[in-house]
Amino acid sequence: MNWQGWAEIALTLGLQVAIALPLGIYLSRVWNGERTWLDPVLRPVERGFYAIAGIDPDRRQSWYAYAGAFLAFNLAGFVLLYAILRLQHLLPFNPQGFGPLSTHLAFNTAVSFVTNTNWQSYGGEATMSNFSQMAGLTVQNFASAAAGATLAAALARAFLAHRGEAIGNFWTDLVRTTLYVLLPLSIVVAIALVALGVPQTLGPSFQATTLEGGHQTIALAPVASQLAIKQLGINGGGIFNVNSAHPFENPTPLTGLITAVSINVLGWAAFFAFGRSAAVRKDVRALVAAGFVLLALGTSAIYWSETRPAPALVAAGADTAQNMEGKEVRFGAAGSAAWAGPTTGASNGSVNAMHASFLPLGGGVAMVLMQLGEILPGGIGSGLANMVLMALLAVFVAGLMVGRTPEYLGKKIEARGIKLAFVALLVFPAALLGFSAVAAVLPAALAGLLNAGPHGLSEILYAYTSAAANNGSAFAGLTANAPWWNTTLGIAMLVGRFVPAVAILAIAGALAAKPKLAPTAGTLPTDSGLFVGLLAGVILILGGLQFFPALALGPIAEHFQMLALTP
Amino acid sequence: MSLDHPAANGVAPATPRRMPRAASFSGAILRRALLDAVVKLDPRALLGNPVILSTEIVAILSTLSAAALAVHGQPVGFAVQIALWLWATVLFANFAESVAEGRGKAAADSLRAARVTTRAKLIVDAERNLVVPTPAHELEVGAIVLVEAGDMIPSDGEVIEGVASVNEAAITGESAPVIRESGGDRAAVTGGTTVVSDWIKVRVTAKPGETFLDRMIAMVEGADRRKTPNEIALAVLLAGLTLVFLIAVVTLVGLGRYSGADLQPLVLGALFVTLIPTTIGGLLSAVGIAGMDRLLKHNVLATSGRAVEAAGDIDTLLLDKTGTITFGNRMATEVVPAPGVRPEAALRAALMASLADETPEGRSVVELARGRGLFADIPAGATFIPFSATTRQSGLDAGARAWRKGAVDAVIRSLGLKAEQVPAEFGAAVDRIARTGGTPLAVVEDGALVAVIHLKDVLKPGMKERFADLRRMGVRTVMITGDNPVTAAAIASEAGVDDFLAEATPEDKLRLIREEQGKGRLVAMCGDGANDAPALAQADVGVAMQTGAQAAREAGNMVDLDSDPTKIIEIVETGKQLLMTRGALTTFSIANDVAKYFAIVPALFVAALPVLGGLNVMGLSSPQSAILSAVIFNAIIIVLLIPLALKGVRYRAVGAGALLSRNLLVYGLGGLVAPFVGIKLIDLCVAALGLA
Repeated sequence: MNWQGWAEIALTLGLQVAIALPLGIYLSRVWNGERTWLDPVLRPVERGFYAIAGIDPDRRQSWYAYAGAFLAFNLAGFVLLYAILRLQHLLPFNPQGFGPLSTHLAFNTAVSFVTNTNWQSYGGEATMSNFSQMAGLTVQNFASAAAGATLAAALARAFLAHRGEAIGNFWTDLVRTTLYVLLPLSIVVAIALVALGVPQTLGPSFQATTLEGGHQTIALAPVASQLAIKQLGINGGGIFNVNSAHPFENPTPLTGLITAVSINVLGWAAFFAFGRSAAVRKDVRALVAAGFVLLALGTSAIYWSETRPAPALVAAGADTAQNMEGKEVRFGAAGSAAWAGPTTGASNGSVNAMHASFLPLGGGVAMVLMQLGEILPGGIGSGLANMVLMALLAVFVAGLMVGRTPEYLGKKIEARGIKLAFVALLVFPAALLGFSAVAAVLPAALAGLLNAGPHGLSEILYAYTSAAANNGSAFAGLTANAPWWNTTLGIAMLVGRFVPAVAILAIAGALAAKPKLAPTAGTLPTDSGLFVGLLAGVILILGGLQFFPALALGPIAEHFQMLALTP
Repeated sequence: MSLDHPAANGVAPATPRRMPRAASFSGAILRRALLDAVVKLDPRALLGNPVILSTEIVAILSTLSAAALAVHGQPVGFAVQIALWLWATVLFANFAESVAEGRGKAAADSLRAARVTTRAKLIVDAERNLVVPTPAHELEVGAIVLVEAGDMIPSDGEVIEGVASVNEAAITGESAPVIRESGGDRAAVTGGTTVVSDWIKVRVTAKPGETFLDRMIAMVEGADRRKTPNEIALAVLLAGLTLVFLIAVVTLVGLGRYSGADLQPLVLGALFVTLIPTTIGGLLSAVGIAGMDRLLKHNVLATSGRAVEAAGDIDTLLLDKTGTITFGNRMATEVVPAPGVRPEAALRAALMASLADETPEGRSVVELARGRGLFADIPAGATFIPFSATTRQSGLDAGARAWRKGAVDAVIRSLGLKAEQVPAEFGAAVDRIARTGGTPLAVVEDGALVAVIHLKDVLKPGMKERFADLRRMGVRTVMITGDNPVTAAAIASEAGVDDFLAEATPEDKLRLIREEQGKGRLVAMCGDGANDAPALAQADVGVAMQTGAQAAREAGNMVDLDSDPTKIIEIVETGKQLLMTRGALTTFSIANDVAKYFAIVPALFVAALPVLGGLNVMGLSSPQSAILSAVIFNAIIIVLLIPLALKGVRYRAVGAGALLSRNLLVYGLGGLVAPFVGIKLIDLCVAALGLA
């Protein structure tokens, strides 16, 4: 560890939040339907969309109408993407002549991109045509990100309402988030990346002759445009198999910083936007603080872990200043940690280093950051919504201790809210641990593992964690393109996305119907440092502790085994 | 509504005697609770408590597993101990509930003794006063009974004829008799009370078995105790956590097998039970029952647990000025001399004018003079001039001398003075008194204006501090009074209430409650008059006075047996205490899990993965001892916390932030640390005794 490393981590994490603040205000204006400086250009386009689709933008929906629209939109997106992937060989822009995807891979991939997970059981440059990338995957990169954001917009209105029924209009939330936020921002970032040397072409792969006279195929693609939304939309699915470790995705230090900051800038922005839209800015600062502290701790732990001397390397007399296995030499331990922390804390899942090659605790921390429920800051809006669920639980448990029926942001927390919160929270450990436990004893599943012992278990745990949490990052080593893995990971992604989403919208409906209470001196303060600590504790104990036994058998056991090798 | 006459019951406040009740932990209660705890092992009794039901299921399974080991001739010592401690966990939880119920049951028994068993005198012919002896439990609504001196009133009802003094000690514990008469707010009588003198005719208003006394017995027994909304929400949370840990434990079978650990159902069951929130799950209903019980200790009877909880959530408290904030009567606080009159002479004149005046105002003048060392006897042969509506003054004539005191304008008119003839200083004093909410009384000695008495509402001692406490709790106080706005404002600012409603009618009160509720606030109030009934019913917490009208008692969701309107503050505190106790035990229970993981997880896997011994941070002596110690800790912590569940976490009016940090420190951090220490100590004992 050195100060340059710490500075790199601090700069990345700090910029993510700093840029999110103004972006969040803008996002809130977009959700609220307020005027923005893009209105002159985009307003007619927006109206055009509504006219074509026959949507009345002024009609406000109840929670179930909103949830129905949410599900219908995602189902349509899934069907479309599945069709594109299965019919890839018949569709244009396929210079490499790739064939169709298998049913289970197409299912897995379609689910993965619709759920904003971007788990990739395939290597992009050897599987996907340009058409599939652009019209299939990239479209979902926008659509799934915007769909996630609608959860936060609806929740903000629910907290603001006083005995209300409607929580907004799903279609306007979706269209406005895409049109006013995701598209312009992606265009700006993509152009910046092109200017900095990231390729953007529809041409075929480049055939190179190496100095030794060997032949090498260098894959090309419209990298910059997909890279921009992959990062900004908290998607994570790269064009190239090695994702952001590839020099075409990340040619210079500046592109490194831009793409790293983009990992979760809109995730944090959704927090601030929620704060402004629900008129609870101070309380949201506490949510951001709790999330940021945990994320900074996790990132620091990874950096610390990756600069520990591995006993075996010490014994071999190797350089042990940092653990370089699986890392891009340009990035080293600090650059890899500054990426691994945010990408797992947010549900981004892009990687610039192989998490499987981290020392056991480093890989374990990456898993924990996802297992906390993708709230640091998680996906755009979906992360905020899950964080609010944790805050509801924290307020419920601790709020009783001040002698009142707990209320959060002016809304009383009662049985229905707790029930729905648990529906949202339970599905995650059920999918993660349930599938992991079966896979751990199923020969068909075990065939995909590269390693045996605790590291092999980590491969299983990481895969289901990443899928159920809708993260999408992979722990290299697992060969997931097989029926068992594609199917079960797909199911984990589905339930991990849609069960909580519907529960959150139902909570929004229930909250909206409640009276909005003014805080009194007897109300639990939810904007204090004390609350930040309380929330962080609840996230760790209620959100994380349940995975401790599983982690003990995976990364923790591997860690102790590694120490036992000390000569 | 009796805004200015709280003492409408006509009874001078006596020292309230507490309800007949048993001591908290008497031997009889404990014996009965132990028996109950065993009876409650019936799984059907545990259906409402998923945490303890799960514990019992695991206890059954581990018993079977121990039996299976015995059949196969394998060592059973460890399995038997685990099974026994799991059963103990369930028994301790049942015991906690039974102890809480036991206190109520003991109180109910003594109430039952008061239930009428004698025959009532049913009037079958009103004209000829023909009565037929009828068993009390056969009296239908509308029946008219005659109750004479020495009779017990057979059922709840309304006096339709006659006046009698009634001893209501059976209900209130207050032995001084009260007057009950037909018409007005003193018409309600309660079954089980006794007529001490005279006679009354009562129309029965309660169905058999549904009298106030019956309801009271049911309430204190907890017979029709239903779960409160907050209790339900908490139960959902606990059930959710139970499911989370069920998933975490069941999936360990597969994950463990991968790692080469063949986990016994017995130890998985033990892990499951220690992780699920058995502490709060076991104590939850005891906390609720004890909350009702604490209220009963204050001599307040709630008709539902929901009302007790709502009391903790109160945002706005409506308080009648008279009797609650101030003493019932205005009192003389100063005597201002007229120009040229010596203060002593002025005071003496006021005293003489009041000597024979038996009204509270008159007595207060005598008290004031006595406080300043001035005494006087009524001169021999003096005549008392009583107050009359036409003269609006009263006084004393003794020979040639005459003293009068009365309303300023009336006195001045009777002296034949014109406005400009009244001395300016005198007029100024009168104005000042009126402006500050007091009542000025002019004093005349031998036809000369000598002084003005300042009568004012006197605050009950300590009210200002209590309002400050309430403000810190986040409760807004609103004073309700029939006074004019000037007087009301003066008293409100002196008392330190947040707001006031002057010249209030019952309709105003109802409107204010609706307004507050419209803003999402919870409102509490107390009242005793029949015209308070709509407001009492509308309020979230309506406390009726036991001595009040029947309609008020029916409308409120609490009845104060002492009829003390200030009690509402204790009610709010009791409600808060109830919620705090629940929160504290939940936090403690959840925080406990960290240590339990560190005890059991290494113990589970150390055989398959010896390196995981590194997680045994407590240095527990053996895997079996670690598991057993965690299970034992989990069981006995319930017993150790029973006193806290029954007594409740202490409430301090320090504001939510300060309360939270204190309770988080004690129950959160304490809950994190305590099991590390406890499990280690138990492990030392287990190892020393060679139990595992």
